[in-house]
Amino acid sequence: MTAELTIPTQTSSKDDVVVHHRTWKDYFTFSSDHKVIGIQYFVTGFIFYIIGGLLAEAIRTELATPDADLVDPSTYNSMFTMHGTIMIFLWIVPAGTGAFANYLLPLMIGARDMAFPKLNAVAFWIIPPTGLMLMASFFLGPAQSGWTSYPPLSLLTGKVGEGIWIMSLLLLGTSSILGGINFFTTILKMRIPSMSMMQMPLFCWAMLATSLLMIISTPVLAGALILLSFDLIAGTAFFNPAGGGEPVVYQHMFWFYSHPAVYIMVLPFFGVISEVIPVHCRKPIFGYGAIAYSSMVISFLGLIVWAHHMFTSGTPPWLRMFFMITTMVIAVPTGIKIFGWLATMWGGKITLNSPMLFAMGFISTFVIGGITGVMLAAVPFDIHVHDTYFVVAHLHYVLFGGSVFGIYTGIYHWFPKVTGRHINDTWGKIHFALTYIGFNVTFLPMHVLGLQGMPRRIAMYAPEFQGLNQIITYASYVLAISTVPFLVNAIYCAYKGEPAGNNPWNALTLDWQTTSPPEIENFEVLPVLTTGPYDYGEEEEEEKELTAV
Amino acid sequence: MQGSISDKTQINIETDTHGSHHEAHPDFRIFGLIVFLVAEGMIFLGLFIAYLAFRSMAPEWPPAGTPKLELMLPGINTVILLSSSLVIHQADTAIKKNDVKGLQLWFGLTALMGIIFLGGQLYEYSHLEFGLRTNLFASTFYVLTGFHGLHVTVGVLLILSVLWRSMKPEHYGTQNHFGVEAAEIYWHFVDVIWVLLFILLYLL
Repeated sequence: MTAELTIPTQTSSKDDVVVHHRTWKDYFTFSSDHKVIGIQYFVTGFIFYIIGGLLAEAIRTELATPDADLVDPSTYNSMFTMHGTIMIFLWIVPAGTGAFANYLLPLMIGARDMAFPKLNAVAFWIIPPTGLMLMASFFLGPAQSGWTSYPPLSLLTGKVGEGIWIMSLLLLGTSSILGGINFFTTILKMRIPSMSMMQMPLFCWAMLATSLLMIISTPVLAGALILLSFDLIAGTAFFNPAGGGEPVVYQHMFWFYSHPAVYIMVLPFFGVISEVIPVHCRKPIFGYGAIAYSSMVISFLGLIVWAHHMFTSGTPPWLRMFFMITTMVIAVPTGIKIFGWLATMWGGKITLNSPMLFAMGFISTFVIGGITGVMLAAVPFDIHVHDTYFVVAHLHYVLFGGSVFGIYTGIYHWFPKVTGRHINDTWGKIHFALTYIGFNVTFLPMHVLGLQGMPRRIAMYAPEFQGLNQIITYASYVLAISTVPFLVNAIYCAYKGEPAGNNPWNALTLDWQTTSPPEIENFEVLPVLTTGPYDYGEEEEEEKELTAV
Repeated sequence: MQGSISDKTQINIETDTHGSHHEAHPDFRIFGLIVFLVAEGMIFLGLFIAYLAFRSMAPEWPPAGTPKLELMLPGINTVILLSSSLVIHQADTAIKKNDVKGLQLWFGLTALMGIIFLGGQLYEYSHLEFGLRTNLFASTFYVLTGFHGLHVTVGVLLILSVLWRSMKPEHYGTQNHFGVEAAEIYWHFVDVIWVLLFILLYLL
């Protein structure tokens, strides 16, 4: 990218000229620059998001009528399997952890790069070939058992696709673990000396919690997938009741990863929201310590709630009680964050620009997803709505209403940092309005359908559900179209947007104290901290108090 | 901030396309390795707990008709692997005194012990009276020991590559022996996993 910058550099000798910018070719190399890798993650993720989104639109088109008229039921099965797998493992996890954490962590803590730059590049370059491999399975008899891939169903349908699916997840899991090691080490070891843990921006706390989950829970999924692949390929019977195996063991191992995966997908955006709200409300964050520690508490509790996905799998009552209580307790640290953000906004000088609108959209939709989560934690209610559209509504309120809104919040907020240019705010607001309306009209009625008993993961449904399903399908088209203004706006403004300067939001965190886009090693001189990350409000003039050594 | 930039032309940012890093920071590779081994440990922990779950749900364990496991050979193997941890530590002590010959001797010995262990395990596999698919116990036995054996193989390869590198003069020294330390830590890890595995599969 070629944004103009007016950093005075000595140009007496050609060799001394500092190269500030990357050319487009750099983004196709095995670059170890965390900012290049962050953008590689995001663009790759977004391409997969579009593919996953098109699959979602095909699913919704199929569901416009009660019969299986667009595709046959087995194709439908593989479509929702692919949709879930792509959206989780190739979009939200890479975009949240890979893109945002890679780009922002070193900038926020005043480091020149991640702790292990080459490992970082390896972690990224695992993803594109794996994604292509997973896509290819679509033409080789794809997996049909959903992104959860429960045996024995997963052992019976689409063997080749299932094998590829397992292989892909093992590779993506490896990438995620390597990323987690990098984030964890970077946050703990690479901060500038003047920054204590309690002076880190809250995004770093969120990523610390996330990286712990990546390191601790992802390997257990690998264990489950290794056993599943033996069942599939070598004919063992770990999870196959026909040979004396126990499918519930797979479910335990799978959810030991996949519930924390929900937090891997949303904690980074709790961090993003904690960064965005104080800046655009010009107020110090309310309850820094509470928000920081609540990330760690969510991370810990997230590891001991997994069996709430298995209330109908023959889990004994005492165990269900335990998991019901731990799941409900998670609402406490989450609530602490929500109230922290609301209290930050209270009485603040709120600027209603695109990042702030998306942040407020995030809070409103995520709260709905959180509340339905507490409802689903209650055993009797869960048994009633298990495997219905209520669950589909809940998970999309968390993963779209949470994670995707969080991604857009972050994109609008850090766009000037990454490109050095403003993204058009009017089109950003149009994007927000379309997304917010499209999202809510798509997923809100699914709660009703679920309560009425419409089962998920089936191409056909009873005719009385058709009315709401048609509304949902049309709304989902609005949601798909809402991506177009964003894409056009982002690509256009990356090259032709109004120059933004280094710190258009007058933000205090270190990521804003360098040039935009940041030069290759982030800082000309490593900064020294003279202000907290959120000391807004009292004297706006003091904002550039960071002095160079 | 802007003003201070003009007087710092001394920084030599390498301008190759891959953006090398000109400022060295302290070495976090050992820390990173330990975090990685925590993740590795979680795979094994997951598999161990799965094993215990299968065991607790089975009416009889090992299932009726499973031939008894011989203890003699794996016992000797255990002794070999455990003592190799002491041997590899001698290499660490040696290189800290800049004794490359000592490093090569002890690493060579450790690699040999690792290979003997793997050979012993293959011998055991070929003489067992049950196969991978015989029953749930047999499957878990092979997958757990096989997955551990894979780690021993990786460990042996790590040790051999350190040996190979130590042939280059001055490659390892008192100050510069990350490879030696990393291979040693990994080897201890593989050892600890084996002890747990041995207790779970053979003794319990």
